[in-house]
Amino acid sequence: MDTTALTLSLKLAFWTCVILFPVAIFFGRLLAWRQFPGKAWLEALIALPLVLPPTVLGFYLLLGMGATSSLGQFYFSLTGHHLVFSFDGLLVASVIFNLPFAIQPMQRAFEAIPTNIREAAWCCGLSRFESLWRIELPLAWPGAMSALALTFAHTLGEFGVVLMVGGSIEGETKTIAISIYDRVQAFDNHTAGTMSAFLLIFSLVTIGFVYHLTYRRRRSES
Amino acid sequence: MNDTKFAGNGILIKIFQQDPIPLAVEIECQAGELLALVGPSGSGKSTILRTIAGLHQPKTGFIQCNDEVWFDDQQSISIATQNRHIGFVFQDYALFPHLSALQNVVVALGHLNRKARRARAQVLLAQVNLKGLEYRSADELSGGQRQRVALARALAREPKVLLLDEPFSAVDQMTRRKLQQELVILRRNIKIPILLVTHDLDEAAMLADRLYVLHKGKTLQNGVPAEILRHPIDALVARLMGHSNIFSAKIEGHYPEQAITRILWHGLLLELELNDYFTIGTKVDWVIHPAHIIMHRRGRPSHGERENPLHGVVKELLVLGETSIVSLQIKGDDNAFLNFKISTHSASRNNLEVGAEASVSLLTEGIHLMPCYR
Repeated sequence: MDTTALTLSLKLAFWTCVILFPVAIFFGRLLAWRQFPGKAWLEALIALPLVLPPTVLGFYLLLGMGATSSLGQFYFSLTGHHLVFSFDGLLVASVIFNLPFAIQPMQRAFEAIPTNIREAAWCCGLSRFESLWRIELPLAWPGAMSALALTFAHTLGEFGVVLMVGGSIEGETKTIAISIYDRVQAFDNHTAGTMSAFLLIFSLVTIGFVYHLTYRRRRSES
Repeated sequence: MNDTKFAGNGILIKIFQQDPIPLAVEIECQAGELLALVGPSGSGKSTILRTIAGLHQPKTGFIQCNDEVWFDDQQSISIATQNRHIGFVFQDYALFPHLSALQNVVVALGHLNRKARRARAQVLLAQVNLKGLEYRSADELSGGQRQRVALARALAREPKVLLLDEPFSAVDQMTRRKLQQELVILRRNIKIPILLVTHDLDEAAMLADRLYVLHKGKTLQNGVPAEILRHPIDALVARLMGHSNIFSAKIEGHYPEQAITRILWHGLLLELELNDYFTIGTKVDWVIHPAHIIMHRRGRPSHGERENPLHGVVKELLVLGETSIVSLQIKGDDNAFLNFKISTHSASRNNLEVGAEASVSLLTEGIHLMPCYR
């Protein structure tokens, strides 16, 4: 077991979740309750990572974060390091390719809250923030849990984009998925098998947890 | 828009818009008054309540509650819902499903300090007869109990106006009657304007001090329920008020010495109290409330039987428990029908059945004339 790669993957997944959680709440609510021009295109843009080949997404991220790109130059001016092939670059890529996994479950969860529940909260004198904190989030928490679980599991399993943007730098960008690939290339099937089994069981438990929450919500709604 | 001075304790609402539904209404409700908005679906009743609450922004309008302007498009004033201090009971109650009955009320007590909220919520729940059910969640409560929690929550903020959007529509008949009675008792201690939206005319007549009859976003008539019921301004209001005896006739003559007016209806002359507002020969609509149609008892004189006696054949007899609804076809005209209610006991005592002959009197005081727009 490549514990360095596993630790890096867990760290990447953790920070991806931390960053995406508020982003998912913001866009989830926006898409659930607001009508605005270009809404369909925004939803399509968020869903893109679901359908694009990881290499295509990775290619554009590489271009967008490269040393000559404005983002890359801005990051360099701040830190003195390049964004691509670094953990931070990997984190930016991870946040982007996980957007649909985080936002869509949140959006569905907010859509399931009847409009008049939110209106009742305002009529009770709750501010928009209090309404979010005391009424909407507690009602949307199964969706929030789904979003976090899916994002976490998907980050651990992502391969193509990580390889394109991060390469395979030990302790910096070499995640568990890349490490499995390396081990297979080196004919170390035993280690590859252990790590694959870990990912398999972890993913199964995560998806099972998400479905369990979904069924629980349906039961409580009925 | 804001040219009207409103100095009273109450609420003044003026809304003018074309979209999403046309509305052109001016409504005033005094403190302590219960005003019912009635009308068919799509007449704009609920939108009016939502506008008062600040949940809907009209294009043009003015809302003032006591001395506070809540909305004025001309001065670009639009106070947020949170700051309007309204109590709103939604049609399906909109209780917070993850909270207990007590917590639902506590949420609306943000104006009190934390320690006082719980005790106050308990008092409010006791007021709506929910003592002992404080810790039940919304899905463990019956429809009537949920409605009570919603009412307690709406009153918790010490609102300046109470808005009730069909609050009794989702409960059974027995619970509805009970809740209506409770509202009557509760309102004795609430000195704020109360606006009730309802489809149920009986409910409106029973609970409201005044009615606003709405149709396609316009107020057709407003006034005391009994007055609107007896004297609708036209056939449309009469229909919306549930009248089924609405007919057209012609003014035959006015007879001041006898204090009567005569109308010609399907070849019959009917007498009513003198009403010389309409000139002789004018086509008018007229309406009579079923309470003013008296059925003659067989073989015995009846009260008022000399007033507009009519003979006909029973075309339909609907027995609805203790009451029966009779549709009587007036003799000599296939298109003239009178509908009225009698007790099922009287119907059977008079051998009333489909095809049987019957006589009725239309009390002169009950015939109400309206202008005919057709």
